[in-house]
Amino acid sequence: MVLNFNQRSPFTFLMCLICTVSLGYGANVNVILEPTATSPSKLPPLSPMEETDPDPVETTQAVFTLDYPRIQIPFEITLWVLLASFAKIGFHVYHKITVWVPESCLLISIGLIVGGIMHSLHEKPPAVLTSNVFFLYMLPPIVLDSGYFMPTRPLFENFGTVLWFAVVGTLWNSIGIGISLFAICQIEAFGVQDITLQENLLFASIISAVEPVAVLTVFEDISIHEQLYIVVFGECLFNDAVTVVLYNLFNHVAALEVVEAGEVFLDIGRFFVVGLGGMIFGVLFGFVAAFTTRFTGKVREIEPLIIFLYSYLAYLIAELLAISSIMAIVICALTMKYYVEENVSQRSCTTIRHVIKMFGSVSETLIFFFLGVVTITTEHQWNWGYILFTLLFALLWRGLGILVLTQIINPFRTIPFNFKDQFCLAYGGLRGAVSFALAFTLPDSIGCKKLFITGTIVIIIFTVFIQGITLRPLLKLINVRKTNRNQETINSEIHKRLMEHTVAGIEDLCGQWSHYYWKDKFMKFNNRIIRKILIRDNRPESSIVALYKKLELQNAMEILDQMPGDISAAPSLISLHKERKNASKSRKKLLSSDVTNMHELLSKNMYKIRQRTVSYTNKHSLPNDITAREILMRRHTSLRRSLRAGSFHGTNASKMSHNYFSLPMGRSLNTGFPPGRLVHTGDGDTESEIDYPSIRRPRRVSSKAAMPLRPLNTLKEVASSVDTVDEQNEEQRGYRRSHLGSNVSRSGHLTSHLHHGSSRNYSEGDHDFEEQQSRLSPHAWVQEPQDNSDVQHPLMRRPHWLPQTPHDK
Amino acid sequence: MGSTSSTLLKIPNAEVLMQETGFSPAHIIRLHDRFKALDKEGRGYLCPQDFGAIKELAMNPIGDRIIGAFFSPGKETVDFSTFVKILAHFRPVDKDRPKEPNSPEPINSRSNKLKFAFQLYDQDKDGKISRDELLKVLRAMLGMQVTEEQLESIADRTIQEADLDRDEAISFEEFRKSLEKVNIDHKMSIRFLR
Repeated sequence: MVLNFNQRSPFTFLMCLICTVSLGYGANVNVILEPTATSPSKLPPLSPMEETDPDPVETTQAVFTLDYPRIQIPFEITLWVLLASFAKIGFHVYHKITVWVPESCLLISIGLIVGGIMHSLHEKPPAVLTSNVFFLYMLPPIVLDSGYFMPTRPLFENFGTVLWFAVVGTLWNSIGIGISLFAICQIEAFGVQDITLQENLLFASIISAVEPVAVLTVFEDISIHEQLYIVVFGECLFNDAVTVVLYNLFNHVAALEVVEAGEVFLDIGRFFVVGLGGMIFGVLFGFVAAFTTRFTGKVREIEPLIIFLYSYLAYLIAELLAISSIMAIVICALTMKYYVEENVSQRSCTTIRHVIKMFGSVSETLIFFFLGVVTITTEHQWNWGYILFTLLFALLWRGLGILVLTQIINPFRTIPFNFKDQFCLAYGGLRGAVSFALAFTLPDSIGCKKLFITGTIVIIIFTVFIQGITLRPLLKLINVRKTNRNQETINSEIHKRLMEHTVAGIEDLCGQWSHYYWKDKFMKFNNRIIRKILIRDNRPESSIVALYKKLELQNAMEILDQMPGDISAAPSLISLHKERKNASKSRKKLLSSDVTNMHELLSKNMYKIRQRTVSYTNKHSLPNDITAREILMRRHTSLRRSLRAGSFHGTNASKMSHNYFSLPMGRSLNTGFPPGRLVHTGDGDTESEIDYPSIRRPRRVSSKAAMPLRPLNTLKEVASSVDTVDEQNEEQRGYRRSHLGSNVSRSGHLTSHLHHGSSRNYSEGDHDFEEQQSRLSPHAWVQEPQDNSDVQHPLMRRPHWLPQTPHDK
Repeated sequence: MGSTSSTLLKIPNAEVLMQETGFSPAHIIRLHDRFKALDKEGRGYLCPQDFGAIKELAMNPIGDRIIGAFFSPGKETVDFSTFVKILAHFRPVDKDRPKEPNSPEPINSRSNKLKFAFQLYDQDKDGKISRDELLKVLRAMLGMQVTEEQLESIADRTIQEADLDRDEAISFEEFRKSLEKVNIDHKMSIRFLR
């Protein structure tokens, strides 16, 4: 395969990929190629059609020629993909649709419409969906998408449950459905006696593969706890792998005339080899990829490529060895992500995420699309009895399966599943893309292939449409609130939410207990050995720093700019005014309509707890971190507010500043911090990105955050309070001094507003706000009011940045 | 868990703690493990930075208040028994505990849970939630689209509803009264601490 490494944008990459894909298509499509037939196998000539060498025999020269066959394949592919994208755009024009109807439904409907059109025009759909095309080109992006955005921590905490449901659940479903269908087949009335047990099992395994897509978008809205999310997510991911294994297994078995017991055991053994082998390969490739990214510091442009290549390679090699390629690619993505996101630049990180999402959603869209088209255009073999019973059994066995499995696994869980959870799990078992593709690519040696395809399509359409659309109302019904919203007082609403946040916070404080031992061990091993090898600059990990990295604070600051007014200054100023003046507001008479408005305001704007689940469960879009950013931004600005106030109001400072513990941790950052460690100048990214001075984090500045200090330029007083804090720890100052050089050069434009004397301290202080924060907090507790009387002095005392001995404390 | 009793011996005051808080030995051990894990430098006590290292807590709108609740005024550190006692607030209420007439109220009683919640509002510890304290909490819990006027009117309404003695602040009794219909045990308990 020749790939054009046009590294300018992922879009070109996509075009190239599509054209490479066309190589596969080319084998299936009957196209009469021109004598210039070598072109499809070469690079896509993006330039317009060229005329062939003027043929001296022809007398007339055509001025305008049309050479359709030459571009037919890429052209058609592009059109299909474009159509699917338009469909997606169209759905979101009217937002309400996507709330009530899952996106998969919509895609299938569009597919049905297009199929209808094609059918009426007597056109055949492109015969593109062969086994190879599906397994080699369309499935990997989908699985990579799921794997990359899978939240690792909750997954590992629930790993047992997830595997239990995925593996045992799928087996249960397949075998149950298969056997019951076989029983049905024995009944003469339906006329399907010729379907053997193996074939039934094969069919059953195809239709037991569950898809999380629609389910998770519904779960978002209802307050389903995180455990359920992760079980559904994980189950779907791993049961893809299990299904494919079973499919291959039964496919192989179905071809045999007689099944011997020994064979069956071999197959079971093979099953484990396949699963574990996949995992091992995945981990291996993940580590190699992470290791490679360690050295890509100078060649940032190809970082995303490395990720894709290694994942795809893992997939292909697993396919080569006939072990579970899905597991391989998923585990590879999981492993890789953690280390790679530390090594690559912010831009690469964004690119990777975007491209993975793009490929994944394109692939999925195409498959659903084809589903719709194929439904209309193929010949179906319909058999009322068989198909209806299939549907019945699918639902039945899933429900039974969930019930039984939950009973068995509940004692092992710290948070057991109750009946509501079980219902969600059972009812949320929608089938989707994988089932369809597997059915479609059944070998023709199966006699009832058409029947199976019809059956699969029926099940998919039933579950996606009916279950998908009714899931949300049903869940809402179960979750119905007992109290009427308007009868609740504002008081209780606020206090209840406070309590919910508190409980969530304390739960996080307690951590998760059951798997803690292994996780702890692994983290120690990780920190000591693995990180040193795989990560370029190994810093002691501090969570807020990592958090800021992830949150792309520069984007958050863009939000800040868009906010009406100046959120950092205005509210804080007003509140401080009030505090100082002790303004008492006259009691207003509040109308009942006001109260309703307030209820609405509260319900819309109060932060939901456990935002973290919402951010990653939406399969069709990138994780949304707005709330997280808001909270952190606000914390940051409140910190500044408190610092500013603290410099002038002694007593207030201790009151206000003691609030901010959760911003860490100067000590660990500083002590782990070799002096002289400066910003990576090698990073071309940061120079251009930064309008604002970047946060001086001990890590590489290129990664992520740029904290705009524009609103704070007016807060000159910050500097003074920074000074008070500065005195405390000379050691830390020593470190900061070393950064200062680079800082001053970067933040020159900031200093104009400030006291010249404290200017550098100011910029320093802002950049190191985390450090100063921590210095502030322990200090706040012991801070006596008399400390602040010294506030003015540092300003005079230190006109410039010189090492000084702490003169007090 | 054969080593329960021996591990328990290593924990200082384990018996007393179990008595006071009602935690089972297994929970005490787990809490101790957690305490040790948070106390990365092995000093035997926790300081605010150790709490700050918990990422999810930082993402909590009132995370800093929660952390602050662990530190009694003037103290900079949290030792294990304080840690356990504070967490004991979140144990579900023991419904079948016999009511002894003279024993002190258990830590996880409804009243004590309410006091904990009250403390999260009342940062200056004057026994009342003033309007400004309420405003601060509201601002922390509400998204940024809410304007200052809206916040203030909500705060006013809150005080108006709860304030019975008209002193423009909510005392603990008024707080308790305003929540009399709410199932505090359900709201302020953590299942796995049972």
